[in-house]
Amino acid sequence: MKRFVGALAIVALSAFAVVQAVAAGKYDPGASDTETKLGTTWAFSGPVSSTSPVERQMAGYFAMINDQGGVNGRKINLIALDDGYQPPKTVEQTRRLVEQDQVLLMYGQIGTPTNVAVRPYLNGKKVPQLFVTTGSSSLIDPKKYPWTMGFQSSYAAESTVIAKYILAEKPNAKIGILYQDDDFGTDHLNPFLAALGDKAKTMVVAKASYAVTDPTVTSQILSLKAAGADTLYLMAQSRAAAQAVSAARDQGGDNLLLFIPFVATAKSVIGPVGDDKLKGLMSTDSTKDPTDPAWKDDRAVKDYLAWVDKYVPEQDRESDRSSPLGYVSAQAMVEVLKRAGDDLTRENILKIATSLHDVAIPLLLPGVTLNTSATDYFPIHTLQLKRYDGTRWQLVGKPIDG
Amino acid sequence: MDNFLNQLLSGLATGGLYASIALALVMIYQATHHVNFAQGELAMFSTFLAWTLMQAGFSYWGAFLLTLVLSFIAGAVIERIIIRPIEDKPVLTVVVVFVGLLFILNSVAGWIYGYDIKSFPSPFPVGAWYANRFMSAHEVGMITVTLALLMLVFAFFRFTPLGLAMRAVAQNPVSSQLVGIRTGWILALGWGLASVIGAVAGMMAAPIVYLDPNMMGGILLYAFAAALLGGLTSPLGAVIGGFVVGVLENLAGAYIVGTEIKLSVALVIIVGVLLLKPSGLFGRTVVTRV
Amino acid sequence: MSRGQINIAGFAALAVLLIVLPFVLSSYHTFQATMVIVYAIALLGLNLLIGYNGQISLGHGAFFAIGAYATAILVTKLGMPYWVTVPIAGVVCLVVGFLFGLPALRLEGLYLALPTFALAVATPQLLNYQRVAPLTGGVQGIMFDKPDSPLLPLDQDQWLYFFCLAIAIPLYVVGWNLLRARTGRAIVAIRDHAMAAGAMGIDNAFYKTATFGVSAMYAGIAGSLSAIITQFVAPDSFPIFLSLSFLVGIVVGGVASIPGAAIGAVFIEFVPNVASEISDAAPWAVYGVVLIAAMYLMPEGVAGVCRNIGSRLETRRPATRTAPAPRRAPG
Repeated sequence: MKRFVGALAIVALSAFAVVQAVAAGKYDPGASDTETKLGTTWAFSGPVSSTSPVERQMAGYFAMINDQGGVNGRKINLIALDDGYQPPKTVEQTRRLVEQDQVLLMYGQIGTPTNVAVRPYLNGKKVPQLFVTTGSSSLIDPKKYPWTMGFQSSYAAESTVIAKYILAEKPNAKIGILYQDDDFGTDHLNPFLAALGDKAKTMVVAKASYAVTDPTVTSQILSLKAAGADTLYLMAQSRAAAQAVSAARDQGGDNLLLFIPFVATAKSVIGPVGDDKLKGLMSTDSTKDPTDPAWKDDRAVKDYLAWVDKYVPEQDRESDRSSPLGYVSAQAMVEVLKRAGDDLTRENILKIATSLHDVAIPLLLPGVTLNTSATDYFPIHTLQLKRYDGTRWQLVGKPIDG
Repeated sequence: MDNFLNQLLSGLATGGLYASIALALVMIYQATHHVNFAQGELAMFSTFLAWTLMQAGFSYWGAFLLTLVLSFIAGAVIERIIIRPIEDKPVLTVVVVFVGLLFILNSVAGWIYGYDIKSFPSPFPVGAWYANRFMSAHEVGMITVTLALLMLVFAFFRFTPLGLAMRAVAQNPVSSQLVGIRTGWILALGWGLASVIGAVAGMMAAPIVYLDPNMMGGILLYAFAAALLGGLTSPLGAVIGGFVVGVLENLAGAYIVGTEIKLSVALVIIVGVLLLKPSGLFGRTVVTRV
Repeated sequence: MSRGQINIAGFAALAVLLIVLPFVLSSYHTFQATMVIVYAIALLGLNLLIGYNGQISLGHGAFFAIGAYATAILVTKLGMPYWVTVPIAGVVCLVVGFLFGLPALRLEGLYLALPTFALAVATPQLLNYQRVAPLTGGVQGIMFDKPDSPLLPLDQDQWLYFFCLAIAIPLYVVGWNLLRARTGRAIVAIRDHAMAAGAMGIDNAFYKTATFGVSAMYAGIAGSLSAIITQFVAPDSFPIFLSLSFLVGIVVGGVASIPGAAIGAVFIEFVPNVASEISDAAPWAVYGVVLIAAMYLMPEGVAGVCRNIGSRLETRRPATRTAPAPRRAPG
C-alpha cells in the first residue's frame, strides 16, 4: 500500500513537471495556449436594444485581431448573451458565463442596474468585471469592489467638463436641467451641481425629470422655459433626447444653448431631429469623429473605416460610423491582454488594467490617454467639448480634465 | 400664466394622440366588445409601413393613402384569421391572444426595422399660418385631424347603414344575423376601420415621438385611460377623454405631483374611473342579462 | 398497478429527482433550478386567481416586486435574517393583494385586466419615485449579501435551492388542499357562474378578495425568494415583461392546473434563453407565437395535453371517471 502511494506521488509529481514544461504561461479558467475566453451580457432584446451595435463593434474588433493571429498567439473568444436589460437575467447569464462557459473575465457588459446586480457575485468570485459599458460613477467603487472597472468617460466627468465650460464662457447663464428619473439622470445631475459649486443655487433656475415611459417631454421643456432658462442641459438618452432637443428648439428658439450627454450624440439617436434644430447643440467627446473630414487623412480613422467595411458591414454606415465606442473599448481590452503576456490570471489582468499610464489609443483625441490607478477606475478623464455646426460636430477649445 | 396656457395647449396636442388611439380602441370595442391590447402596436406597424413606402419613393399623401388601405386590409385579415376562432371564448383567451399579438408585432418590427428611432415627416408645413406662439403647425394639425376622425366615425355610426349594422351586431349578434346582417364581415370591418384610425394616429404621432418599435408603449396606457374615462362605447367620449387625459397629465406633472410619476396619473385615472363610473363619462351603462 | 399506486410512484420519483438534482447539476444549473422553483410559486399564485377564480391579472409582477423589496428592505435596513423576511413579505403582499382585491371586486374580465396592466407598467416608476427612494434605494436598488449555507456539505446554491424547495412544497400542498376542499369548489363556482354561486350561499365578495390576497401572497413570497437568490432588487428587475411572462407561464403550463404552474415555470425560465440564440428579437416573438398557438392548439396547456393522453390510455379500462370537461377543477 505504501509503495502504491509512493508510486502515485511520483507519477503525480512528474505529471506536474510535464505540465509546467509544456505550458507557456500561467492560466486561470478561460485562458489557454490557444484561446482567451471573455464573456459579456448585452441587451439584445428589450428597451435598450438599440445599443447592440456597440457590442457588434467589440466582437468585430476581436474578429480582426483573431484574423491577425490573436493576442500573443491566443485567439479571443467573446461569448455574448442576451439579458434583455433585466438585472436578474444578467445575474443568471453572468453565472452561466463564469461557471458553465468558464470565461476568464467579464468584459464590457451593458447597463448600470445590470452591472450593479452582478457586481457582488463577480467580486466575490474575483472575476474581473472590466470596462463596463456605462459611465455611472455609482457603479465604480475601487475600495469596496476592486474587480469592477469602467471604461468610457464617466457621466460625472462629462458633467463636470460641461459645468466648467459654462462657468468660463457663460457665467450668467440661467440653466434649466432635464434629467432622466434614474441613475442615468442623477449620475449626470449631482456631479454637475457639485461642479457648479456655490453658483449652482443662482445659476440653475429649474429642474424637471422624465420617465422613459413618458410619450413626450414637451411639458417638461415648457416648465424649464417658463422658469426663464437660457441654457438647457438635457440629461436624456434615446428617444427622449431627440424629443427634448426638438421641443427645446420649438419652444425656445435658436438662441437657447443646449447640452446633451455624449451617449445621445450618435446620429442614430439625435439624427432624426434634423440638422436645423441640431445646429448649435453641444456635447463632449473623447474620440475622433470618423465621419469628420478634418480627420480624413488620420491613420487611426482610416484604419477604423476600413475595419468597418470588412468586419461590421451590416452597420448602418451613417449612424454608427460616427461613434466608435465599442471599437475603442475593444482596443483597450486587447492592449490589456497584450501587456498581460503569458500570465493570464485574473489577478494579473486586474493589476494591469488598473495600472495603465498614458496608454495611447489611436482613435482617442490628441491629448486623451488611458490612465488608471488602484484608486481610479475610469480610464478616460479628459474630454473636449464639441458643437454641431449644422452638418457635423466641431471640436471646441482644448481638452478639459473632468 | 403663459406657462399655464402653454402646458394646457401642449396637453391638448398630446391629448390628440391619446384620443385617436382611444378612438381606435372604441371602434373595436363597438364592433366586438373586446379591448385590443395590441392596438398601439398595430398603429406602430402601420406607421412603419408608411415610412417604408416613403423610402421607396412615394409622396407623403401617396404613402398616407396606401397605408390606410393596407392597414384596413391587415386589420380585417387579422380579425378573420386570428380573432375569429376565439371570438366566443372566455375573456382570458381573448386577452391572451391580444397580448400575444402585441409581442409579435413589437418584435417583428424590431426585427425588420431595428430599434433606432427614425424621423417621420409631418404633412403640416412648419411656418403655416395656423402655427402660433403656443402650438406648432403640426400640433394644430394633429388636433384638427383627431376632430375630423371623430366626425367621420360619428357620421359613420349615425348615418350609414353599415354603421347601424355594426352597432346592431355589437349589441345583439344573434338577432342581427337573423335580420340578415352578415355579422362576420361586420366584425372584420370594425377591425379594418380601427386599424385605419390607428394608422392615422401613428402617422400623426411619429413626427413628435419619433418612429421606433416602442413608440406606442407609453401612449397606449394613456389611451386606455382616455377610452375608459370617456366610456368605451362612446367615440365622442374617447376623444374628450383623450384631451382631458393629455391636459391632466401636463398640469399634474407641472404643478401637482411633479413629472416623476406622471405615468401613475394614467393608473389613477383608470382605477378611479373603473371604480366610480365604470361606463365612463359618456358611455352607456351596460346591463348584463343572466 | 392501480391508479393510486401510480400516483404514489410518480410522487416518489419526483421527490427523488428534486432531492438529487442539485447534487448532479453544476451550481449554475442549480441556480436556474432555484429560479424555476421561484417562478413556480408565483405561477401557482397567479393560476389560483386567473385559472380557478377567473379574475384576470396582468400585473402580478407588481406583487412579486413588493415581496422582493420587502425582503431587501427588512434585511438591509432592519438587519433581519433573510429567512424571517420571507413570511413577512408574504403577509405584506397578502394585505396589499386583499386591499387591491377590494376594488377589483367590482371589475370583471377585461375591466380587471386593464388596471392590473396599468399597475404593471407603472410599477418601476413607482419604485423609484423620490419620496420612497430613501426606502427603496431609488434606481440604484438595494443590494445585500448572499446567505451562507448553515449546513456544511451544501454550498450556497444548493442551500438556497433546498431553502426555496422547502418553502415551495408546503405552498403547493396548501394550494392543492385548498382547491380540493370546500373553499376550492367555492372559488371555482364563482368563476363558472358568479350569480349562481351567490345564490347557493357563497360569499362572492369574500372569496374573490381572499383569492386575490392569497394569490398576491404567493407572488410576494416568490418575489422575496428571488431577491434572496439574486441578492439585488432594482426597478428594472420588474418590467411589464415580467408580469406578462407570468401570464405566458400559466397559459403554456395549463390554466387551472397545479402541475401546469410548475411546467409554465420551466418554460419561462428556459425558453427565452433558447430563443435569444435564434435571433435578438426572438424571445418576445416566440412568446407571442406560443401564446396564440397555445390558445388554439392546447387551451389547457401542457398539463391539459398530458391529462388527455393519460385519460385516453385509461379509457381502455372500464371508465371510472367522467370525460374531461373543457374547464374543470383539478383532480
